[in-house]
Amino acid sequence: MDLPTLLPAVAFYVFAASAVLFAFMVVSARNPVRSVLFLIMTFFSAAGLFVLMGAEFLGMVLIMVYVGAVAVLFLFVVMMLDIDNVELKQGFADYMPLGGLLGAILAVELIVLGSSWAFSDTAQSARLAPMPEGGDNLGAFAGVLYTDYAFFIEAAGLVLLVAMSGAVVLTSYHKKGVKRQNIGEQVARRAEDGVTLVDVEPGQGI
Amino acid sequence: MTSFVSNLVLIAPEAGLAITALVLLVAGAVRGERAGGLISWLSAGALLLAALWVMRDAGSSAQAFNGALVFDQLASFAKIAVLISAALVLAMGNRFLRDENIIKYEYAILVLLAVVGMMIMVSANDLLSLYVGLELQSLSLYVLAAFNRNSLRASEAGLKYFVLGGLASGLLLYGISLIYGFAGTTRFDGVAAAAGGHMNMGLVIGLVFVLSGLAFKISAVPFHMWTPDVYEGAPTPVTAFFATAPKMAAIALIARLLNGPFADLAGQWQQVVIGLSVLSMTLGYFGAIMQRNIKRLMAYSSIANMGYALIAMAAGGVVGVSALLLYMGLYLITTLGLFACILAMRQGEGMVERIDDLAGLSRTRPGLALSFSLLMMSIAGLPPLAGFFGKLYIFMAAVDQGLLWLAIYGAVLSVVGAFYYLRVVKIIWFDDPGPAFVAPSATLSLTAGAAAFFMLPGALWLLPALERWAQAAAAALS
Repeated sequence: MDLPTLLPAVAFYVFAASAVLFAFMVVSARNPVRSVLFLIMTFFSAAGLFVLMGAEFLGMVLIMVYVGAVAVLFLFVVMMLDIDNVELKQGFADYMPLGGLLGAILAVELIVLGSSWAFSDTAQSARLAPMPEGGDNLGAFAGVLYTDYAFFIEAAGLVLLVAMSGAVVLTSYHKKGVKRQNIGEQVARRAEDGVTLVDVEPGQGI
Repeated sequence: MTSFVSNLVLIAPEAGLAITALVLLVAGAVRGERAGGLISWLSAGALLLAALWVMRDAGSSAQAFNGALVFDQLASFAKIAVLISAALVLAMGNRFLRDENIIKYEYAILVLLAVVGMMIMVSANDLLSLYVGLELQSLSLYVLAAFNRNSLRASEAGLKYFVLGGLASGLLLYGISLIYGFAGTTRFDGVAAAAGGHMNMGLVIGLVFVLSGLAFKISAVPFHMWTPDVYEGAPTPVTAFFATAPKMAAIALIARLLNGPFADLAGQWQQVVIGLSVLSMTLGYFGAIMQRNIKRLMAYSSIANMGYALIAMAAGGVVGVSALLLYMGLYLITTLGLFACILAMRQGEGMVERIDDLAGLSRTRPGLALSFSLLMMSIAGLPPLAGFFGKLYIFMAAVDQGLLWLAIYGAVLSVVGAFYYLRVVKIIWFDDPGPAFVAPSATLSLTAGAAAFFMLPGALWLLPALERWAQAAAAALS
């Protein structure tokens, strides 16, 4: 086997093995902060796999969005929560039989699915469709994202709008009696508004 | 470029509602909390205008955005039903929200955006638009459920709905990914071509996952756990919204999905739908017997009613879908009327929700008592009220497709259902009166009265018109 075919194969096995290994570490690590760090490693391995498959844009998005934003957010949340490991592990034995049963059912389903693995003809032809000629991933995305898929982009924008206004509705409180800044009022304020001159008789209060 | 413009013309009702929501959002942010009532009325008006627009274009059939959306009779039927129920809910809920002091302009805007999501759902011709529409709708509904954030029950309802809804979305997405993997496309016609080929296990498993996710949205057993708590905890106008528009949208979506791309797998999904149907009818009716809260009663009633709708879904084909749409149309009218009555359950010191609070309503508010009883008897399926004919069409469709035992089971169970519906009627007419309710607003009286009138045998001449419309809508699927 010559080098140009050997190298991608080696890279694939390295990335695939590390993805599985780190994913296992995510669920087995005792410390939640370590779990998140292993999650980041899993994302990196998956991004490597994407690049190997020629989907470099997806790989970069995975690193930028999931590692850069989502995992860091997880890390902050995990660090801020006071998680007691001992308390978390309690009840593990109680849930074990049911959880194990569900896991077994899912595993059987996956095996059935895998053993009957047959793409339909249409799937086969869609898989064989070549990448757009003469362009990289980004160019190919740019060509369709705001034309063929414009509707989905706009609809997804509405979903984000709902998420944003929903968060505002559910969390923003307008407390009464809190002094707020009003720049116009503050600038327009004059000495006469704030100071009252009182003629106080000697020996008496106001 | 011309094709893009023609696409925009096709989605004008959806786009118009989305733009209205944006404009009203800005208006609300500028005017502040005081604008809540006005924005509710403006939104209701916008919904009615959109319904008129859809009605104008009904009858034509077209696709937009490279087949992402389809505009046919079925979509028009479901959209008009969704738009009118949402507008009525907004009009009915205004006074409740003002009296409970939770009126905010975001309420109407979230309803508008949820309706846009539902319109995308019923027009979906691609798994992507299905998912985006569903998420737009669900996300708005989660926020609406928790809208009264000073109430512990509402917050609990919102959280429960959100967590379980997230799980359902996960199931749905997993199913969609399987279908995409085996069909190679998300377009419904492509999926139909793949399903028409040789028997494909992956497609079937994907379909079952998608059906589970959608069954959550129509609260079919065993995906119903959230329903009673959310119905009870959410503010009553929001509950009225949950019980009507989203159910119609999800049912129309399931009908299109099963009879369109997966028509060739009918033998596979029919068993699943029958299972959901039998479980929903059984649990819905037996669970309702013990309820003391009218909103929980309505939750179990909607579970049972979805079970009946699923009988027609299982029958499938034009006969099944037209019976399904007719039943859903009657269900929407009855439910809107019933919630108008429930919203009128206000005593001097605030809203009451116990069924016992209705005692002796016939003597304190005879008009309301009459509407309430007629609607209850109609939803129980007593002849000669309109609800009876809705069930009759469903049983006829089931017998037509060789599901005689399912029709008999449904008919037997409706006797159990009649027990608790009629118990409410008995409490209204024969128990000793309690404190009288304050006078309901004109919108509530009108809605309850009109819905009750529609149930009367004298209004049966309206039924054939609805039936013709449902048949034309169902024919769009074949």
